[in-house]
Amino acid sequence: MDLRKIDDNTWEIPAQGEMRVPAVVYSSARLLEDIRRDQTLVQARNVACLPGIQGRSYVMPDAHQGYGFPIGGVAAFDPDEGVISPGGVGYDINCGVRLLRTDYAEADVTAARTKLLAEICREVPAGVGKGGVTKLSRAVLKDILIRGAEWAVENGYGRKEDLERTEEGGRMKDASFEDISDRALERGIPQLGTLGAGNHFLEIQKVQEIYDEAAARAFGIGTAGQVLVMIHCGSRGLGHQVATDFIEAMGDAFGVAGLPDRELVNAPFGSAEGQRYYRAMGAAVNYAFANRQMIAHWVREVFARVLGGARGMDQIYDVCHNVAKVEEHLVGGRSKRLVVHRKGATRSFGPGRPEVPGVYRAVGQPVIIPGSMGTASYLLAGTEAAEALSFGSTAHGAGRIMSRHEALRRFRGEKIRDDLAKRGIELRSTNWKGVAEEASEAYKDVDEVVRVSDEVGLGRLVARVVPIGVMKG
Amino acid sequence: MAAEGETPMDRERYRILPHTADGKFQAFGRTLEEAFGNAALATASLMWDWSAVELKVRHFVHVTGLDREQLLVKFLGEVIYLFETRQFLLGRVDGLRVRPQFEGFSLEAVLGGETVAPRHELYGDVKAITYHELKIEECDGFTVQVVVDM
Repeated sequence: MDLRKIDDNTWEIPAQGEMRVPAVVYSSARLLEDIRRDQTLVQARNVACLPGIQGRSYVMPDAHQGYGFPIGGVAAFDPDEGVISPGGVGYDINCGVRLLRTDYAEADVTAARTKLLAEICREVPAGVGKGGVTKLSRAVLKDILIRGAEWAVENGYGRKEDLERTEEGGRMKDASFEDISDRALERGIPQLGTLGAGNHFLEIQKVQEIYDEAAARAFGIGTAGQVLVMIHCGSRGLGHQVATDFIEAMGDAFGVAGLPDRELVNAPFGSAEGQRYYRAMGAAVNYAFANRQMIAHWVREVFARVLGGARGMDQIYDVCHNVAKVEEHLVGGRSKRLVVHRKGATRSFGPGRPEVPGVYRAVGQPVIIPGSMGTASYLLAGTEAAEALSFGSTAHGAGRIMSRHEALRRFRGEKIRDDLAKRGIELRSTNWKGVAEEASEAYKDVDEVVRVSDEVGLGRLVARVVPIGVMKG
Repeated sequence: MAAEGETPMDRERYRILPHTADGKFQAFGRTLEEAFGNAALATASLMWDWSAVELKVRHFVHVTGLDREQLLVKFLGEVIYLFETRQFLLGRVDGLRVRPQFEGFSLEAVLGGETVAPRHELYGDVKAITYHELKIEECDGFTVQVVVDM
């Protein structure tokens, strides 16, 4: 494929054939080797062909092949002439990351680490097919779908301040449960307040290095060694079913003939199907916000019980990395409402944007980029430059390079646990096969991903954190 | 040693293929029905060992699709749905029938298996069945190829 180098970290697929706009890839030469190996670039090109696309079809440094849209893809559409696509959001709607700070130093938790992890494992259900302890009625579930993390806080899970430190305030306002199928509700009822499996995890981490002291301070991070807690999960079966339902419904309504990939199925944003999906997706987003809100609350409770307090356990932020949202962006010098799809990409708004909470408005939105199991994760700050470069978006993690099948063949979960232990990281899981699938060797180098992000200006490096305790679903 | 999904006595039911982020497989059958049934077992194999599941419960499933691809996606979706909402582990597919209908196709099958118990090892989380690289091919019997989101 024709890929033009713009600079060391920027590449372009010029608009050709049915492409309405060019595609732009933010990647180093090294990461590009992985990106070129699968269907990522073809998928980015396909996205560039969709009606009403604005700017460019963007590919983030951690991108890999997805369904329809690449994972690590960002695309914005005109709300009148453009489309919305479930494949541009992904199956795990509002898969995201929440980061809590603490006043504890590593030394404070070292002795209690095993107990902390054991208690968290008991409080937070995780693993394949693991149901939650919270028994919901349909009426309550519907309330959660409308009110998201607000519902959780009102019901005693966490604090009001958590909400303003969550993307969208923890609640997508346009959500509706009218078009959530019975199947989605049935899948959602037993799974609220659960972590799930796959690449989802909960980590006790410590700050290893601070790159930007002023931004770190604004985010509540003072020194290396400070303990943090990271929660990575999404909307569970409810979100997966919403995606499945609307891929079917849009295919039935608009047909799939002519689509290079059936997963690119879409609907005009203003159409009945487009609006129904947008509101149902919002409901799944809210479910995921409530989910992470509850899990964060249980983590605080465990810290309080084991360490005799939950000192300084404020929420730094909570980001979605699979979502479509209506946002204002500059297009051709004029502010315009756009339907921005971020699939495996994190919003990265700079200082001054009204969406950034007041406490962070001077430094930019906290951007949380989780690494793979047992590797570093990063905290970045959103930039003004990103708004022009990628509609205010950056990477979402490390991105896979090896199949689960291959990882299973090469690695043993128990061996990974022992190796991590030698590096001072305690790993707990009930599913060693799942651990093997998530071996860090199966992922791209997250250090390189954030380096590119910082160099390009998609997100500014603030701090590097490393795990000391990992709970794997 | 027999390959995954193969027993020495019968022909290969399915083969798990490498895919960067997710689960991909091909399932085989002398008929479309047999290939669909084996695809259901292949889907189960990404989450549990279906051959170790006892046959204690039966679920009758009926799905319709505008084309064979949609029919397959919806049928395999039943495996995930029954697992997540009924804790049902698929161990066997019986009486699978595909019929053309006024618009598209309908499928009926009896899914046999049991409810999750502590002795079962669950190791993979299949979130959804996708259309990505989905193929249904007829050549010396039927081959279906499916990628699932994990």
